[in-house]
Amino acid sequence: MSVQVRTLDDLLHAPLDADSELTTQEYLVNMGPQHPIAHGSLRVVLRLDGETVKHVIPVPGYVHRGVEKMCEHLTYRQIIPYTDRLDYLSAIMNNWAVAKTVEKAANIPTNERIDTIRTIMSELQRLQSHALWWGVTGMDLGAYTAFLYGFREREIIGEIFEETIGARLTMNYIQPGGLMYDIKPDFAQKVKNLLPYLKGCIEQYETLLSGNVIFQERLRNIGILDGKHAIALGCTGPVLRASGVPYDLRAVEPYGVYDKVNFNVVVGEVGDCWDRYYVRLEEMRESVRIVEQLIDNIPEGPHATIRYNEEIILPEGLHYGQVETARGVFGVFIASDGKNKCPIRLHFRSPNFNNLWIVTAIASGWRIADFISIQSSLDLVIPDIDR
Amino acid sequence: MGAKGQSMDTKSLLALVVSLHPTVQRRANADRLAIVVPVDDLLEVMKTLRDHQELKFDLFVAHTAIDQIEANRFELVYILSSTMHGNNIYVTAYIGRENPVAPSMVALWPIAEWQEREAYDLLGLLYDNHPDLRRVFLEDDWIGFPLRKDYRDPYMLDLPK
Repeated sequence: MSVQVRTLDDLLHAPLDADSELTTQEYLVNMGPQHPIAHGSLRVVLRLDGETVKHVIPVPGYVHRGVEKMCEHLTYRQIIPYTDRLDYLSAIMNNWAVAKTVEKAANIPTNERIDTIRTIMSELQRLQSHALWWGVTGMDLGAYTAFLYGFREREIIGEIFEETIGARLTMNYIQPGGLMYDIKPDFAQKVKNLLPYLKGCIEQYETLLSGNVIFQERLRNIGILDGKHAIALGCTGPVLRASGVPYDLRAVEPYGVYDKVNFNVVVGEVGDCWDRYYVRLEEMRESVRIVEQLIDNIPEGPHATIRYNEEIILPEGLHYGQVETARGVFGVFIASDGKNKCPIRLHFRSPNFNNLWIVTAIASGWRIADFISIQSSLDLVIPDIDR
Repeated sequence: MGAKGQSMDTKSLLALVVSLHPTVQRRANADRLAIVVPVDDLLEVMKTLRDHQELKFDLFVAHTAIDQIEANRFELVYILSSTMHGNNIYVTAYIGRENPVAPSMVALWPIAEWQEREAYDLLGLLYDNHPDLRRVFLEDDWIGFPLRKDYRDPYMLDLPK
């Protein structure tokens, strides 16, 4: 038996290799916690030989708020707003994960209208999230124009959310047994007007960035991750699909009304940064397609099946539910004792926490500039890593 | 890959696992198949779950533990999925609270390295043969493990009863 506990200091003070060449020397560099590509506070310690990355030590925890501990003292409705603050670009989908788990465990029904609106909202948010990611990736790689274009679409979709939900970031929208608010009468028309515009935007993204030779040089064949390793490293979402594994919960275990719409699960071939970039662009097209199929036929009905102040007590046991967010599988694990209205243990399976660690496997041997491409292509949201 | 639906129902899945490892029992009260494994057999059972042709649980979705302080034990929970067959399973095991040592799954699924680090950081579980067991979110000099039910620190407030 060998249990050995270590500290970060042990790693940082480990002896460095002797000079491998006369011209270079091994040294450690802190990238972050404040760094433009971290998009939050993520510290990454790089062990460098010259400009070549030899070893990557991610040090998360700068935004750790102990959400799981707090949730042990909250009712299931009170947990929903906390999930907004994990992956804030997938807030609605995170809400849905909790609602889905609680509904399944407590046998709370939903109706067609609720499911359809949930699906439309989730896909709009996926579009918003990917649009922002596209802009930010451009900025990370030196194309500041892209950032402004990405934010433009994000604002336009944000206005649609704001009109229905009243919030731009922390939605708190999907509740166990329904939705917080019903949609406004002109919601469908507004979304319908938006869709052709968004399609045009995606084409614009292609002409602005995809064809750029510098951009391609910085993404193609960089940070290759094959499908087998991707699964073993627990990554999900566009990162996994870019490595050629068609695993998408929307198709594999459909929830909402995903089983009633046609869409393709987009997969990459090589598994490099370029594939991770292009899979997301294609996913935006698929999201537009999904919304197009649903927006004309939103069924009538109530927007909630239970009262908001109804007490929810889950039966004793283990409950788990998961949804596909913009970044991968977001799961909610709840252990309930069957007596309390709070969980005795709640665990968030966050896509970013699991996706982060592949940098340790694929970044070695690349230059610092390539490391920027690799981290950018993972589309990490730091509060979701730290929880 | 990416098959729609599940290739096996809960019953035949359980029967198959029990036929391969007779010490495995079903854990009641779960929304999908849950098995209880004696902690000494955990590594062997997990290896079978990963490698057996009809099981192929290749995705290590999540790992955490529940602090059952009245029973003086932790319940380890592993959530596994198969991207090939579409099946899902909980694997649980009990370890004592005094010496919470569990086998490490790093050799089977590399992602376990960091999920186990999180469990060590927040619950104080120790993993046998873990290559890099250190805290992941909290500082190295943090005292105690916050997700344990008996955790106290000077800044904690009690909930009004």
